[in-house]
This record gives sequence, structure tokens and C-alpha cells, in this order.
Amino acid sequence: MRAMIVKEFRELRRDHRTVAMLVALPLLMLVIFGYAANFTVDELKVAVVGDQADQVQQLVAEAPQDAPTTLDLTDVDAEAGSGQARDMLRDDEVDVAILSGDASDAAGGRPTVLVDGSNLFAAQSASVLVAQLGDRVDSEILYNPDLETSWVMVPAIIGLILTFIGTIITSIGLVREREAGTLEQLAVMPLSPTSVVLGKISPYFLLACFDMVLVTLLGVWLFGVPFRGSALLFGIGAAIFLFAVLGIGVLISTVSQTTGQAVQVALMTMLPQILLSGMIFPLDAMAAGVRWIGYLLPLTWFVKLSQGVMLRGAGWESMWLPVVVLTAMAVLVFGVAVVRLRRDIAPARGAR
Amino acid sequence: MYGARDLTVELGGATALSDVSVAVPSGEVTAVVGGDGAGKTTLLRALLGRVAAVRGTVDVPPAPRIGHEPFTSGVWPTLTVRENVEFVGSAYGMSAAGIRTRAADLLATAGLDDVRDRLGRDLSGGMRQKLGFCLAMLHTPDLLLLDEPSTGVDPVSRVELWRLITQAARSGAAVLMTTTYLDEAERAATVVALQDGQVLATGRPTDVVGTVPGTVSVGDDPPGGHDRTWRRGRSFHTWTPDGATAPGRPVTPDLEDTLIALTLARQEETR
Repeated sequence: MRAMIVKEFRELRRDHRTVAMLVALPLLMLVIFGYAANFTVDELKVAVVGDQADQVQQLVAEAPQDAPTTLDLTDVDAEAGSGQARDMLRDDEVDVAILSGDASDAAGGRPTVLVDGSNLFAAQSASVLVAQLGDRVDSEILYNPDLETSWVMVPAIIGLILTFIGTIITSIGLVREREAGTLEQLAVMPLSPTSVVLGKISPYFLLACFDMVLVTLLGVWLFGVPFRGSALLFGIGAAIFLFAVLGIGVLISTVSQTTGQAVQVALMTMLPQILLSGMIFPLDAMAAGVRWIGYLLPLTWFVKLSQGVMLRGAGWESMWLPVVVLTAMAVLVFGVAVVRLRRDIAPARGAR
Repeated sequence: MYGARDLTVELGGATALSDVSVAVPSGEVTAVVGGDGAGKTTLLRALLGRVAAVRGTVDVPPAPRIGHEPFTSGVWPTLTVRENVEFVGSAYGMSAAGIRTRAADLLATAGLDDVRDRLGRDLSGGMRQKLGFCLAMLHTPDLLLLDEPSTGVDPVSRVELWRLITQAARSGAAVLMTTTYLDEAERAATVVALQDGQVLATGRPTDVVGTVPGTVSVGDDPPGGHDRTWRRGRSFHTWTPDGATAPGRPVTPDLEDTLIALTLARQEETR
């Protein structure tokens, strides 16, 4: 048995990926779950509008500071009305908007509290606060009035499915070619490296597009998730996002020799995306130390985009940032991946 | 004439080929022999333009006129025989009708007619190598590069494979194949023996046999104290350098004896 144990350790020592997984994964899990696993949003961004905005601001400022949820008054505007407040909620600038005085349409001049329901956990915290205020305020939850989890999850799941196809399936497809020795064969055929790369990736791109449409339609149909925004904006964003995750898949295939290795690496890239993209744990509730990692992941930005477009009907004016960030990620990752793959199949310089 | 001249290739800092010159004439089979790590595959990869030469030149037709069967046979495991042929044919720009006629001809000769709808991964080793050969030959290339096409193939399939290879040469292709089977190499027009990335001997098999210095002798018992003896079947073969007394009875070496003797002679020189 001793011989067996020694042999196993020797083999393990040479399998750097597994060692990395053994060391890095527990640390990653600990850090992520420790700092990121938190459903409670304890700070809400609030806008106050209407001619009594200043009084409301006063009241908010006098609220006890030891309350579980603190309010961060990001915008106080006596001139603004209900329309502007709703725009701010739609554009995800604030979690809660308070309509005071003439801006409120509630009876008896009571303020109305508007809550963004697409931000599920922030909305839940806000609901608790509103409930404490009782009859003194009117409230309305926008975009997800029943605070359905499925409404928030379906747009995020679309991104997760695209990530799955783009990363795992694509990398397996490419590595299989390497394993069978046929990548070498493709390299010596009179096909340009570009046409090999594009020919290899296009089917996965099309399949992922088909899956995206299917899952979106099913989500809308089965769970009644609304699709309020522009399908064009959603489609463009999803296509760009797909390039980024396909790029990750191709990149993984260029550093993997076997299917097993590819799956191992792909899972290691997917896990942080699932946990840190805001699809499960709200980004606002994460410690700043891990939140920035979330902002480096494409899924985070796609979730922002899909939830914004589907639930809040957000348009280009507020969704340009996710689109720009995803484009930058796609260009970078896909570019590096294609260059690396091309290098694998392009002829050696100076040989011919 | 296709081939390589004074080719030097370095892989990962080590010299994989050193001043290797190989001529691959059309209409003939040229066999590259040598042990594992001798540089056979590197030579093929250099001819394919897959590894860069530090020095020397390669002379090959343009990529569309080269056929290549890699060591792994180059068969797509999850495509059927027919789909493999269709894919490779269209990658080389052949018409659908052209692929059909050519494939019918090749697959019939290779005895793969009945397995057209079988997946590449479900073929036996011999069948897979024969299909790999058909794929390499599909577009009637001018230069055919085969990397150990017969390794791991049963004796009957080896005979069939060899028939296919000589047919390809007869129809005008320049064929360069690597092999570890010396009986196979003996049937080639030219043999190139590689050892540690250098050409040990080259020429017609009969000429190569004549280049052995010293004596090869055979005995029924191992001559004691000799580190230049190897066993073949029931007898013991020994190489003795010029000027020394050979044990047993001297024989005319065959290719296998020749290559072993040449390797020993080379070791003697560098010692």
C-alpha cells in the first residue's frame, strides 16, 4: 500500500491543475462564501422628489443610525416629479424613490415610496422599512410587484446557460480535436487558420443563440417573467456576451490537452461567475474586497443587462455601460483566444 | 525532387534533426527508419511546415498538393467513414462528384466498402489506419507523407496497407513513410536511417547493407564478454569492428542487422 500512496503523491505533484484545485478551491470557497454570501442589503440608495423633499430628507436624516438598514440619500430634488423618480429607478440609479407633496398621488398628501423590485434583496429590505412606517406612507413595488425570485433568476439563468455552452461545450469541442490528433490534421489542410477557428466556433455560437431564444421564451412563458425592454438591445448585448464566453472556452482549450483538463479549468472559471455575478448574492451586499472580482466577470454585466432590459425596460441610456464593458471583455478575451489558437494551427515561420 | 537538404531543427532547445538531407523522388516509396526519438516524426513535421528549420531547406509542393497521415491516423472519431471522406474532400476543394468517384475507388481498394457508415472510433486499428491513408490519398497529392502508417496494425492489414502505398507510388506520387518495421523498409526504393536526429545511412536497401564496416556474425550461443551482441530468434548476432576476430560464422547482414551494426559502429566512433 505504501508504494501505491507514494506513486499517487508523485503523480499528483505533476498534475499542477489538480494541486491548484486542491489548494485554491477551498481558499476561494472560504473567501467567497465568507465575504460574498450575504443576502441582506443593509444600505439602500434613495431619491426624494416633490416639494416636500426637504422635510422628508430631514426625517430620513433623523432616523436612528443603529437600524438594520441605512438609507443613503443620493438625490434630493424638490423640482423633480414622479416621472423623473421612476426613470431613476428604471436606470438602477437608486433602489427606492420617495415621492413627497405634490409629486405623490396618494390621498391626504402622504408620501409614496417606490421600490425597485428587480433588485430583489434591496426591495425586501425596503419593504420591511415601509411596513414599519405603516399608514404614514403609500408604497408601490415596481417591475416585480410580488417580489418573485424567478423573475430575477430567469434573466440571470439565461446568462448562466450561455456561459455554460460558451465555456464548457466549446472548450470540450476544441480539445477533443486535439486529443484525437485531428487538430494537427486540420493545420496541414489547405484551410486558413481563420476559417478553421471560425468554422469551429460558429456552430457553438449558433447553438448558444438558439438556446438563448429558447430559454428566454420559456422563462417568459413558464414563469410569466416580463420582457419590457428592447429585444434588439438584449440580442446585441447577449451576442457580445457570447463572444466573451466563447473566447474563454477557446482560451481554455488552448491550455488544455485533454477533455478532463478542459472541464476542470472551465468549472474553475464558472464557479466564481455563479457566486460573484450578483445572480445569487447581491453585489451590493458583498464586501468590497470581493465585489471588485465580480465586476471583472462577464456574467455580472450580462445579468445587469438582462435584468435591466427584461424587468425594468431599461434602454441604451442606462445600459450602455454593461454593453461597453462586455464589448471590451469580448474583444480582449476572444482576441487573445483566437491568436493563441491560430498559433497552434498556423505553419511555423521560416520552415517553408 | 521533393525532400529536405541539410535540415537542422531544434525543439525546446535540443537538436531534433541535425543536417538531415532526404530526397523523395516521385513514383517511389522512401522509408524513414529509426528508433523512438530518432527524429522521424520531426522530419515529417518539418516537411509539413509545422516546425521551423534552424538551417537548411525543405522542398515540397504547396499544401493542397500534399497528403498527410499523422501517427494518430487523422480520422475524426465521431464522423462516419463516409463523412470523414466528405469533409476531407471538400477541405481540399474537391467537387461532390469527384469525392464520390475517388472515395468509391479508394475505399473499395482498401476494403472499407462495407463500413462506410461506421463511426471512425468504432473502426479496428487496421481499418482506421487504412482510412487515414485513404484520407491522405483522396485528393491525389503529389507528395504523400505517412507517419508510421502500419504501427499497431495486424499482419494482414499491414500487407493490404503496403499494397495501397505501392499503388500510390506507382500512380506517380512521391511517398515518404516512417516505420519501425524493417521488413517493410526493405521493400522501399530508398531507406533513410535516422539515429539521434542524424542520418545514419541512406540509399537503396541493398546499398545500405553494404555500408556496414567490420563483420556481422551469427552463433547459436552468446559469445561471452561481448556488448555488441543482439539476439534474433534463436541465434545470436554479433558485430565486430574491422581488425578484430569475429565469433561464430560471418553472414551478409539484412537491413535489421545493418542498422544495429551501424548504430554500434557510430557509438564506437563517438566513444
